[in-house]
Amino acid sequence: MFVFIIRRLFQTIPVMIGVTLAVFLMMHLIPGDPAQIMAGERADEAQLEQMRENLGLNDPLYQQYFRYVGNAIQGDLGTSIRTDRAVTEEIFTNRIWITFELALYGTVLAVILGLIAGIISATRKYSFSDVSLMIVALFGMSMPNFWLGIMLIYFFSVNLGWFPTIGWESWKHMVLPVLTIGTGGAAIIARMTRSSMLEVLDNDYIRTAYAKGVHDRVVIYKHALRNALVPVVTIVGLQFGTLLGGAVITETVFAINGLGRLVVDSIRMRDFPMVQGTILVCAVLFVVVNFIVDITYRLINKRIELN
Amino acid sequence: MSHPQLQESTGIPIKTKNKSTTPWVSFYKKLAKNKAALAGAIVVLIFTILAILAPLIAPYDPTAMDMSKRLAPPSADHWFGNDDKGRDILSRILYGSRISLTVGILSTILGAVVGVILGIVSGYYGKWVDSLIMRICDVLLAFPGILLALAIVSILGPSTTNVIIAVAFFAVPTFARIVRGSTLSVKKLEYVDAIRAVGASDFRIIFKHILPNITSPIIVQSTLYIASAIITASALSFLGLGTQPPTPEWGTMLAQGRSFMAQAPHISLFPGLIILVVVVGFNLFGDGLRDALDPKTKR
Repeated sequence: MFVFIIRRLFQTIPVMIGVTLAVFLMMHLIPGDPAQIMAGERADEAQLEQMRENLGLNDPLYQQYFRYVGNAIQGDLGTSIRTDRAVTEEIFTNRIWITFELALYGTVLAVILGLIAGIISATRKYSFSDVSLMIVALFGMSMPNFWLGIMLIYFFSVNLGWFPTIGWESWKHMVLPVLTIGTGGAAIIARMTRSSMLEVLDNDYIRTAYAKGVHDRVVIYKHALRNALVPVVTIVGLQFGTLLGGAVITETVFAINGLGRLVVDSIRMRDFPMVQGTILVCAVLFVVVNFIVDITYRLINKRIELN
Repeated sequence: MSHPQLQESTGIPIKTKNKSTTPWVSFYKKLAKNKAALAGAIVVLIFTILAILAPLIAPYDPTAMDMSKRLAPPSADHWFGNDDKGRDILSRILYGSRISLTVGILSTILGAVVGVILGIVSGYYGKWVDSLIMRICDVLLAFPGILLALAIVSILGPSTTNVIIAVAFFAVPTFARIVRGSTLSVKKLEYVDAIRAVGASDFRIIFKHILPNITSPIIVQSTLYIASAIITASALSFLGLGTQPPTPEWGTMLAQGRSFMAQAPHISLFPGLIILVVVVGFNLFGDGLRDALDPKTKR
């Protein structure tokens, strides 16, 4: 296990290098002079030269990259053009925790709904409940979440007045965004659980268990579900990771001040250090979550060998 | 004639030349039996026809404003009602389908072509080429959700063309990985060794013998990918980072309706419903194609 963790850790190194390189190059790929972008349209030549000197833009590209990574490791992702605040301060003071909460609750909801629907579907294959649940799941995963969010606001906030339309303060604020963000994941988990369960239920040891006279419930929950859950764990982890970085739409619809909204607002304001910093943090978080998922997967399924 | 053992061991339908049961005939028969897939195909076909014929069938000019009909609800004259500038929503949706479908299909084709080339090269040549291409894919896949698309749009600026590029970029690693896997399993087959032994060039082996045998996963993935490409593209437009108003695009229309939710929910309702129907169509069709083309996923 220890060897596995070390090897897996080494595998993430090239990815991390690639991610930091891609994010670093973003600034240089934007058409125009990075100094001009940082200093603003009205800056004169002297100010631009000063900016180039301050940012080290006159140095060779590889030196700039090493400096960027070095600073990032020390928690310095630059300064926001818009607010003049340190990028890391903006991200880590509040935003990241809000997104974390949103992603966590969304994933929990997706797991609960998805597992229940998947198990019902698999154990009642081709029945009315199976077909209807899978139709609901198909619609769930095909639904654009920006539309779902708006419709939920219309019905539950505007019409019924049950929940507030925007913000992230009390549990009441959280219901609609969590529903919005969790629906797609629930649909994917339901489909995955169903197909995984069906595959497991087809195995000889399940037939043997039934033949021995073991109760249906014990066969399903003790023998089948345990094994069927192995591939589902990966999907759940991926979902959580995706939501951590991809809560962009939900946060925008419900005006929640998380990481996703920060990216969109910063792109609109052309606040590139903030865009770079937030995207880097999201990608690194995603890589870390994937790493943890792989370890968990290995722990619950010892048969898997690192290939 | 088919090769059940080969298919079983590789998971890839092997092409054979027998006119009475060509793969296409058996594929069509399998697909026709799957009612859900057929329904999906019909939805896709209907929307494709509607998009092509939009200028002929749209009842009004999609950009013509009529302030006397501002926020008017659905009526006999305007089936889907009017928006905040009095424009006919049905006409805008019909014209919008041209943009959404074009973006979905073009970005998928672009991403698939690049992904397939990278995947075949990676799987066929192996060694450092494979490692390099797969590490690049790992990096691209490390950007969760639509973050990669957002990063690209932030570099290129908001426009429909840039959305196509961003969404295509997003597709490359997925296609590359799938194609690499399929290439690896086909490459191991004896017939490839035999062709190589008689002196065929790499180019010929790849395009004449490997590519035709890995088309199934590519077609399935492409159909399913169009569905998510349509959602991603309209999400970018919804955020104001894709197609710009006044061009009718489903995501942009939805965003414009947000400010008038209380008075005129129909402005956002219809574009969203249409996206849902089209995406369901592509997903059903893609699921059906997978069941018909991939012997591994028989349920």
